[in-house]
Amino acid sequence: MVIQDFERIFQEKIDNEIKIEPKDWMPEAYRKTNIRQISQHAHSEVVGMLPEGNWISRAPSLKRKAILIAKVQDEAGHGLYLYSSAETLGTSRDEMINDLHSGKAKYSSIFNYPSLSWADMGAIGWLVDGAAILNQVMLCRTSYGPYARAMVRICKEESFHQRQGFETLLVLSKGTKEQKDMCQDAINRWWWPSLMMFGPKDSESTNSDQSMKWKIKRKTNDELRQQFVDMIAEQIKLLGMRLPDNKLQWNEERKHYDFGEINWDEFWNVVKGNGPCNKQRLAARNKAHEEGSWVRKAAKVYADKKLKHKKEKIA
Amino acid sequence: MSFKQQKYFYGDIPEDNTGENMSSPKTETKNEWPLWEVFVRSKQGLDHKHVGSLHAADAAMAMENARDVYTRRQEGVSIWVVESKHIHASNPEEAESFYEPAADKIYRHPGFYQLPDEVNHM
Amino acid sequence: MNNYLKDYLLYLADTSLILSQRNSEWCGHGPILEQDIAITNISLDLLGQSRNFYQYAATLIGDNATEDTLAYLRTEREFKNCLIAEQPKGDWAQTILRQFFLSAYQYLVYEKLQAYNNEQLAAIAAKALKEVTYHLRWSSEWVIRLGDGTEESRQRMLQATNELWRYTGEFFITVDYEKEMNIDVADLKIEWMKTVRAIFEEATLPIPDNTFMQTGGKKGIHTENLGFILAEMQYLQRTFPGANW
Repeated sequence: MVIQDFERIFQEKIDNEIKIEPKDWMPEAYRKTNIRQISQHAHSEVVGMLPEGNWISRAPSLKRKAILIAKVQDEAGHGLYLYSSAETLGTSRDEMINDLHSGKAKYSSIFNYPSLSWADMGAIGWLVDGAAILNQVMLCRTSYGPYARAMVRICKEESFHQRQGFETLLVLSKGTKEQKDMCQDAINRWWWPSLMMFGPKDSESTNSDQSMKWKIKRKTNDELRQQFVDMIAEQIKLLGMRLPDNKLQWNEERKHYDFGEINWDEFWNVVKGNGPCNKQRLAARNKAHEEGSWVRKAAKVYADKKLKHKKEKIA
Repeated sequence: MSFKQQKYFYGDIPEDNTGENMSSPKTETKNEWPLWEVFVRSKQGLDHKHVGSLHAADAAMAMENARDVYTRRQEGVSIWVVESKHIHASNPEEAESFYEPAADKIYRHPGFYQLPDEVNHM
Repeated sequence: MNNYLKDYLLYLADTSLILSQRNSEWCGHGPILEQDIAITNISLDLLGQSRNFYQYAATLIGDNATEDTLAYLRTEREFKNCLIAEQPKGDWAQTILRQFFLSAYQYLVYEKLQAYNNEQLAAIAAKALKEVTYHLRWSSEWVIRLGDGTEESRQRMLQATNELWRYTGEFFITVDYEKEMNIDVADLKIEWMKTVRAIFEEATLPIPDNTFMQTGGKKGIHTENLGFILAEMQYLQRTFPGANW
């Protein structure tokens, strides 16, 4: 067979909804695109622990503290599942982490915004996780088997994240004047960045869309973003709060909400490293990794020592 | 065939927009803990099923990590771990010669045999 | 009786809560994802234990006391946690060793308590014992790995021992509320030392010589660390009194 045959067979599998598994033949670009997307997704989970982890020590009740710890810990688990699925494509976790720490690999820009009040824990759960879940539900059907399986597991666990976020805000929205203000302020600050999570507009895309053809991705950025706006615009009514967008309005003709223009200048600046917390987030990850270096080494050396000892005993 | 990708996706920031002012990495891969595959029995009476993988320095740690990572929500009552390098897998290229010869052995399946209705439960 | 029981419950709860608070500082900052998850799991177990003790104490105290009023509205002098729990998390060696010392101790305490003639206390202890058994296993293995790992990890374990040993003495000093409840902790020392010796030996670490022991935590006299922990932990409850979260 020649390469074209392999490519044809590969595409036929995709078209017939047959998953691609690690040892199957795949175009090099498919492998690379998946490694890039899965590792960026993994990095997002791990960096995403920081803005929320920030509030664990200050959670206002023991119940909230337990929920928050469990949630941030879940994110570590999700990062782990995703790194593992990228590893099936022939990269190592250390390589991926090095790319993150060097600034070569990216993560979701949303985590470069600061978490400034307790209400941010609610807003992140409701808006940020809410946006992420739309993407993740779609990815449960992505064409690469290990990625799809990781996403199924993640979606199962994520379902409590958004609910707890909304509930946190619901309690605040019924609380004291200060709590209500805190709630509205958090929504104001997280609304636009969460819309940016879906990425640039579809119209920025000119060429044929390889990721769609390969079914790595199944919906466009704008489709998902609209789905999100429609969902949140309804849910916010239950909170008695408002979204910070004067142009937000139901469009009877489109059967969707219209909404204002995203500040793309801000979007690209945060991507390029100029967000409020880019430096702190990367510095925190670098620090944890570097300070953990002797720990990882010691465990490895000890394990090797024991193994050698065992072999000598047998010999 | 070109695989140039133009469209950006959530969690998929293009490489030409990487930040310039990031610190350079201290590459360290030689101490990476080996990869282990994890199998979990979800309840007594069922088989262990592959659930994912993780890194651990030794078997005891792999077992504990599996417990912490894959059974946080009571997903299991028993765990197997095996270092990934010990798993041998069949090759997809050999799938035709491996699996297709079984396709025409229809007489291995009970439905192949037509019996009178009076013969119940056979 | 109720007064002593109340104090005893608060002592158990405070120790678990403060250790949980310290361990949770690792969440997002662990040496590797797998261990980040592991130490956070322990933090959650300890938080759960403290809530069980607080909730029981709250029913004895009455007067609208809740687990949260007990955790968030008491002052430094009212907290009765062991001093070792409030020490900084330090490096991974210090966190591991502290966990090991305390888990080995909690194991003995809960083992006794599960047969105590107070059904509710016994039930909470029995549940906690299962968790602590795992914490002890996990931390023991890490003590061995680090003690017998590399030269650096060994040095760090020696340093951690040097730092923490002096806070283990108060485990075995029976204070008034324990005495009133007929709980003698002095005789737990032999068993505790047996565990520590066995693990230290496998870790090739020396048992420290006689050290002057710091005490007072169980009676509410703390190191300066506790004030900062409470200032951070209690800030929202103190800033917005009476609010629901």
